[in-house]
Amino acid sequence: MAEIKLETVRKTYGKTIATRDVSLTIHDREFMVLLGPSGCGKTTLLRGIAGLDQIDSGRIFIGDHDVTDLPPRQRRIAMVFQSYAVFPHLTVYENVAFGLRMQRIADVDVKKRVRSAAELLHITDLLERYPAQVSGGQRQRVAVARAIAVQAEVLLMDEPLSNLDALLRLEMRAELKRLLKEVNSTVVYVTHDQVEALSLGDRIAVMKDGAILQCDTPLKVYDYPATQFVGSFIGNPPMNFLTGQVKVDGSSTTISAGGGTFKPSPLIQSALRDSASILLGIRAENIEASATAVGGALSGSVLVVEPLGSHNLLTVKVGAEYVKVNAHADVVFQPDQTIWLKLAADKIRWIDRQSGVAVA
Amino acid sequence: MKSAALRRYLRRAFTYLLAIVVALWVLAPIYLLGVAAFSEQNAIYTFPKQFVASPFSTDTIAFFLRSTGVSKAITNSVIVALLTLFFTMLIGTPAGYAIARFLFRGRDAFRLLIVSTRAFPIVILSIPLAVSFIEWDLYDSVYSLALMHTALALPFTILTTSSVFASVPRDLEEAATTLGCNQFEAFLRVALPLALPGLAAAMLFTFVLSWNEVFAAVILTVRNRTLPALVLTVLDVSPTPYKFAGGFVMLAPSLVFMFFIRKYLFNLWGRVTK
Repeated sequence: MAEIKLETVRKTYGKTIATRDVSLTIHDREFMVLLGPSGCGKTTLLRGIAGLDQIDSGRIFIGDHDVTDLPPRQRRIAMVFQSYAVFPHLTVYENVAFGLRMQRIADVDVKKRVRSAAELLHITDLLERYPAQVSGGQRQRVAVARAIAVQAEVLLMDEPLSNLDALLRLEMRAELKRLLKEVNSTVVYVTHDQVEALSLGDRIAVMKDGAILQCDTPLKVYDYPATQFVGSFIGNPPMNFLTGQVKVDGSSTTISAGGGTFKPSPLIQSALRDSASILLGIRAENIEASATAVGGALSGSVLVVEPLGSHNLLTVKVGAEYVKVNAHADVVFQPDQTIWLKLAADKIRWIDRQSGVAVA
Repeated sequence: MKSAALRRYLRRAFTYLLAIVVALWVLAPIYLLGVAAFSEQNAIYTFPKQFVASPFSTDTIAFFLRSTGVSKAITNSVIVALLTLFFTMLIGTPAGYAIARFLFRGRDAFRLLIVSTRAFPIVILSIPLAVSFIEWDLYDSVYSLALMHTALALPFTILTTSSVFASVPRDLEEAATTLGCNQFEAFLRVALPLALPGLAAAMLFTFVLSWNEVFAAVILTVRNRTLPALVLTVLDVSPTPYKFAGGFVMLAPSLVFMFFIRKYLFNLWGRVTK
């Protein structure tokens, strides 16, 4: 059992607050991704869990133990560093064996566990080499093998893929996913890459300015962003936002946005006040573009057409605002052409304009 | 294409030529010193100078080593140098590590203080120290001289070791602590081995400094002279072969020490130059 529980964890560096009383529970064997732009406090949080930095206030629990005041070696964690932090003076074998040797495990068992970790990461051929004699991608594998060899209950990863080139990163991402299914550890994974977060995480905690904005499954975070920031940070292209206004007329509530009128779901109607300013959030793939007028669709003019192979990415001007639309690759649109955009009603997300928080 | 290759070739040749000139500039006097030291005593007075020691003879060296006080002075020098090395590394390694790793109040002032000790010439340090040593009954002893040499070597050593430790990424020690080390073990198993080449350079400097240091040695010792102090004081009354042999004996340990420590100077981990 290695549930990680953070209770109002605060860490300050001088006058800047790196994490603002963050509370988060990471379930046993869960793959939790901490996602956010640089400086959002995600690495601070990870280092707090690892025990590399003392937190200023709050408590951290791993399993049933309060580890807040324990040094890293007593927390039963393993960590993969962004820089890999592979020991250059030891062979790959000794690197992977390092944690086991510290536990005074018998040579025979060390050998066995190094072998199996090396096999998992396909570095068996490199065991006798020094880190300087292997490539960056291989060094990364060494770092991961070293972390999993100790079979810690908690595996912490600090942007492990960010130093790899794009192709290698893609390959390693899939491999990590396969691998981490096998090791049965609770994983906390820090990244600023939203694709990585979506593809790897059981849950994603989106962070900004030292606080967690939303923590949910990738699909939930993607489809139902809790704030405007989450919607625009996750997804490529980012979620579209159109400004609109609420109109409450007796029992009927309508919202006008982008030149169209929308009926919000009855569930949120009670939360809407008359003439409130609101944002309509919709993802590019939930908009259907057509060259002919369609009922209930917004009209706009095509600004840019970017063919991306699988689809064409359109930038459409709707009123004074811009909307990104995914259009079928075989439908040809021309710049300056007037088109109609039909928004999938169930995919629309309403966000309070002032607070940036979704209306729920 | 051809001219580019030629230019590269020429540039290479020029680099090598320069390296050879520099090497000769350093090695030629050492070589001549060696030749004189291993020739017969009379050979030094012959002209033209010979470039090989023929006939080879340990006569000159033996004469020097048999001279009054020399063997004792050598022993003293070795003791002083080793003690200096021991004390310097004992203090300098943790001090350098602390400056490199920890942000503590007054760190910059501490660093400045260390450097500023070098602003005092040895003369200024030696004479009051001689007075103090006499008062404390420590005067004329290899141990007090070793302390003096330690004081002389420390500023440089601390600055060297601190930059050496600063160049060892902190991540590596942090990784070690996540893998079961406490702070000290992380230092011992990761930072120290990685810093060894740099520490070896600092050790080399310390040893050579102590072995060659003459001023403090002359002031702080009378009967327990180190080799440079002895040679210096008897220089104007000794025959030429004595000087050559003395020069060689003073030079040799530094060379030997350098030879042994060379491995650590050039051994960048995993990229051992064969």
